[in-house]
Amino acid sequence: MSDTTAHEEPELIQLLTPEGELTGHPDYPLDISAEEIRALYRDLVLVRRVDSEAVSLQRQGELGLWASLLGQEAAQIGSGRALGERDMAFPSYREHGVAWCRGIAPKELLGMFRGVTNGGWDPHEHGFHLYTIVIGSQALHATGYAMGVQRDGAVGEDGTAVISYFGDGATSQGDTNEAFNFASVNNAPVVFFCQNNQWAISESTERQSRVPIYKRAAGFGFPGVRVDGNDVLACLAVTRAALNNAREGNGPTLVEAFTYRMGAHTTNDDPSRYRASAELDEWKAKDPILRVRRYLENNGLADDAFFASVDTEAEAIGEQVRTECRALPDPEPLDIFHEVYAEPNVQIDRQRSEFAEYLASFEGVGAEGGR
Amino acid sequence: MGTNLTIGKAINAGLRASMEHDPKVLVMGEDVGKLGGVFRVTDGLYKDFGADRVIDTPLAESGIVGTAIGMAMRGYRPVVEIQFDGFFFPAANQTFTQLAKMRRRSAGKLSMPIVMRIPYGGGIGAVEHHSESPEAYFTHTAGLRVVTVANPEDAYWMIQQAIRSDDPVIFLEPKRRYYEKAEVDTAAPIEEATPMGAARVARHGTDATLLAYGPMVKTALQAAEADTDHSIEVVDLRSLSPVDYPTIVESVKRTGRLVIAHEAPLSGGPGGEIAARVTEECFYHLESPVIRVAAFDTPYPQSRLEEHYLPDLDRVLDGVDRAFAY
Ligand SMILES: Cc1ncc(C[n+]2csc(CCOP(=O)(O)OP(=O)(O)O)c2C)c(N)n1
Repeated sequence: MSDTTAHEEPELIQLLTPEGELTGHPDYPLDISAEEIRALYRDLVLVRRVDSEAVSLQRQGELGLWASLLGQEAAQIGSGRALGERDMAFPSYREHGVAWCRGIAPKELLGMFRGVTNGGWDPHEHGFHLYTIVIGSQALHATGYAMGVQRDGAVGEDGTAVISYFGDGATSQGDTNEAFNFASVNNAPVVFFCQNNQWAISESTERQSRVPIYKRAAGFGFPGVRVDGNDVLACLAVTRAALNNAREGNGPTLVEAFTYRMGAHTTNDDPSRYRASAELDEWKAKDPILRVRRYLENNGLADDAFFASVDTEAEAIGEQVRTECRALPDPEPLDIFHEVYAEPNVQIDRQRSEFAEYLASFEGVGAEGGR
Repeated sequence: MGTNLTIGKAINAGLRASMEHDPKVLVMGEDVGKLGGVFRVTDGLYKDFGADRVIDTPLAESGIVGTAIGMAMRGYRPVVEIQFDGFFFPAANQTFTQLAKMRRRSAGKLSMPIVMRIPYGGGIGAVEHHSESPEAYFTHTAGLRVVTVANPEDAYWMIQQAIRSDDPVIFLEPKRRYYEKAEVDTAAPIEEATPMGAARVARHGTDATLLAYGPMVKTALQAAEADTDHSIEVVDLRSLSPVDYPTIVESVKRTGRLVIAHEAPLSGGPGGEIAARVTEECFYHLESPVIRVAAFDTPYPQSRLEEHYLPDLDRVLDGVDRAFAY
């Protein structure tokens, strides 16, 4: 990485320009076929469609909340597609695109935001931990997991690498900084993937860091790199290199994906209170999907039929997400007492039977009994 | 002369009055500046008092409370906002090992006039960590005062009293009641307001005392109305630490029964301690054991189950019935 002074713009690793020109990067050669790029395009379009459907579902009262990934598709698909089957990811709460890459069905994600579950999927089955809401916590979990990988000797080409996702705001938390340090002193096979989407709710990145985030890594003793987070190819190449590095025993890397949260923080948020709309217009020109489409079109690598078929598929997925969301069953009241302890627990058992009795006392009182 | 205010707006007005009254009062937290906080409780303060007094902090609760401690040592009176109950925990170390103990450790040479505002409690259909009732952690910690409000009047005055207190005050705001509205006489002198440490009889009755605080006071009042067979007295606790036992004991001695309702889990919750104390002080006046109606000893569930988890009107009435069954 070139050394930049405070006055210079940090180097941004980019392989595909917003205009759709494939420039490549000497440090990150990417051997990729047209078919693979079309597949990435499809991923990007489909996750955006899942996301927009979820926003609508929240508006219709079907979800309590949704944290949109709009604008961050390339960072998530690029890094998510860089992951191998044995790798393990530790997301925050916005990584719907990575979840997609890990084979998590969209309805599993919706469950948490609808309030029918606090988790949803089996982290081991998918190599994708549960969403973590308390900011920064998961960076330490990822590091500890990576320390376990080391002890298992799961290194080398077939080894396991770990990746932790978090936002720019999260870099202020003690947990995140402790994770950097634990990973560094242990040379743990973990990649810290920070999506710097410029905002932590209403606070811009300047409120979190005086130096470009990727530069924090140097102080902890491992490399940091800033990648164009709206360039799916750059995100793929840089993350792949960092994961391989980790796998081969060369320790952690901090990847700062420089991107933009095009939507609100969540469906509860109103960004017009704290940021100018001109900023959004500027980033729209750098849209992560548009540039891939331009590249494919300009180079004759995809025809109208291809784009139409992706759009059709997107519509079908939107429809599917809608139907599946509405069909998600409400949990049973006594589910409150499930899975609190591994072993039988007399205190919980007693409360469960008392509550069951209480609920039963309403039976026959009316349809709304026990509520 | 009253102003019609919601609980949220009343706290806002109380913060503003405190900042006008004392230039050492600062507001700090995540998103408290331009945004005015996620619940808009600090709305407009940044604009009127500027970035030196309304500080958008980095996203780090330990950092917020730890630096507030340093600011207090330098003579400031920080009012920190923790965005949601579940996000207090990263600040637990600074709060429990430092903030709470500083006066005692310094043999009284250091004061910690810090207010920690925390929106707490459930009932808003939120995702996890946004609905918890962590009050027992605070009441179990010596050196902290713990208060909560149930109406705009208290919200307006108690935030100001908390800020004027030289002790650290955990100020718990019932988020599902932020939009409850009432008239507040904001022009009255603060000296006339009910002291922050006092409990208050919110409804008079003769057959049983129903004790609640924060979000559950409204439910308790509804239960008292709904129980047409008995005359229920409702006491709003207001201060969870210290507890105003004289007011509670006086009420229970008159009514002979006590039902305590809170959103916090049953075991180790504030109700258990109050029950033990009331049993000691009112033993010969009690017609029934002290009954507790609380959340279960389980993690706060996914929101589709919270109506079952939180004690609602029916559960409170069931508790009242149990007291009368003796
Ligand atoms: C410990 C903690 N404090 C506060 C919050 C409330 N909160 C949720 S998201 C958020 C901002 C996060 O910003 P960033 O890390 O940049 O991620 P982004 O949401 O932009 O993806 C805050 C303050 C939280 N979830 N956890």
